[in-house]
Amino acid sequence: MQTNLLDIHARLQALLPVGELQTQRADLAFLDVPPSLLRATLLQLRDREGFTHLVLLTAVDWIEQEQFQLTYLVCNRSARLDLGLRVRIPREPASMESIHELWPTAATYQRELREMFGIDFPGSPRLDEDFILEGWTATPPYRRDFDTLKYAEETYAERPGRVTYDPAAHMQQQLYPGER
Amino acid sequence: MKEELQKRVVKGPDGVEFEVEPLRDYYCEALPQVERPAYAQIIEDLFNWARSESIWILGFGTGCGAIEMRPLMTPRFDAYRYGIQWRPTPRQANLFVISGYLSVKTLKRVIRSYEQMQNPKYVVGLGSCTINGGMYFDSYNTIKRLDQYLPVDLYITGCMPRPEALLAGFLDLKKLIRAGKADGANHYAENFAWYKANQKQVIQDWDMPDYNW
Repeated sequence: MQTNLLDIHARLQALLPVGELQTQRADLAFLDVPPSLLRATLLQLRDREGFTHLVLLTAVDWIEQEQFQLTYLVCNRSARLDLGLRVRIPREPASMESIHELWPTAATYQRELREMFGIDFPGSPRLDEDFILEGWTATPPYRRDFDTLKYAEETYAERPGRVTYDPAAHMQQQLYPGER
Repeated sequence: MKEELQKRVVKGPDGVEFEVEPLRDYYCEALPQVERPAYAQIIEDLFNWARSESIWILGFGTGCGAIEMRPLMTPRFDAYRYGIQWRPTPRQANLFVISGYLSVKTLKRVIRSYEQMQNPKYVVGLGSCTINGGMYFDSYNTIKRLDQYLPVDLYITGCMPRPEALLAGFLDLKKLIRAGKADGANHYAENFAWYKANQKQVIQDWDMPDYNW
């Protein structure tokens, strides 16, 4: 019998109050999960439903709603199914339960999120060590309230004379000079 | 300062205790020196000819432009026929090709590698990123002007420059060296304080010796 995401979701919903399934493809769907249920959901998926591979853990900054969305994408390799769990956590203070005991690779993702978004994962190994940036003191750079251009202008020396053209207008001028 | 960089006493596996000072340069206690020309112009010309015919590039790809150096090693472009070859360590190389964008983290390694290279040494900036930031002009983590941090002898424009452009650039560099105009290393030694101030301005956690070569 072919397993599919709808059956998995039905079995999951019988156990835990998870959200509706948002199907993107036959083999890819997303699911909203409250932060307190994430661990139980992941354990159920990993140990009972065969989602043994953590593909990625990433974050989205919903600054208007003052929230971060964490996406845990897990994969069932034998059934070739991907399921993404979306967790919304408050933006300040941004803190989430660590899942490094479930998948050791998660520790690396959590270090990255700590550095780039400033999301705390208490208990995750080597969380406060520098990951990519060294000696970064400003706002975490992937937060949307971090102004990249302003930071670059203030921090790094510029060579005068740099001009920016609108690509469409510039190419029209280059290819068809004189025409409007 | 990081704990691992602090001066401390370490006990070796054989039970002998010894002192370790990671930031001390054990090889050289002197600042970079200006290389004076030889006593006669004809000798200096001979030296410059020899230098220009043996450009040894440090095999350190700092950005995406390093991909353009691989074809140069292959028979199709064959940079070796110009006396250009790639070397694995800074002490064996005399040309540093900064291949494209340079993040602050890489800049730190680049400075150490550059200072470990022995005179005569040259720097070529490859691609738009080294000139004015290129497409990374608004990046939070890449420098926009290489010549603020290292002395650049020659720029090769493009994004990316093709291997042919690199070859043309290397031939131009040869002409500069033969004319005795590629004196970036001397400029670095003369304006050492200025370069160090610029470098320290962007590298927040300065955890290396101020100079070593």
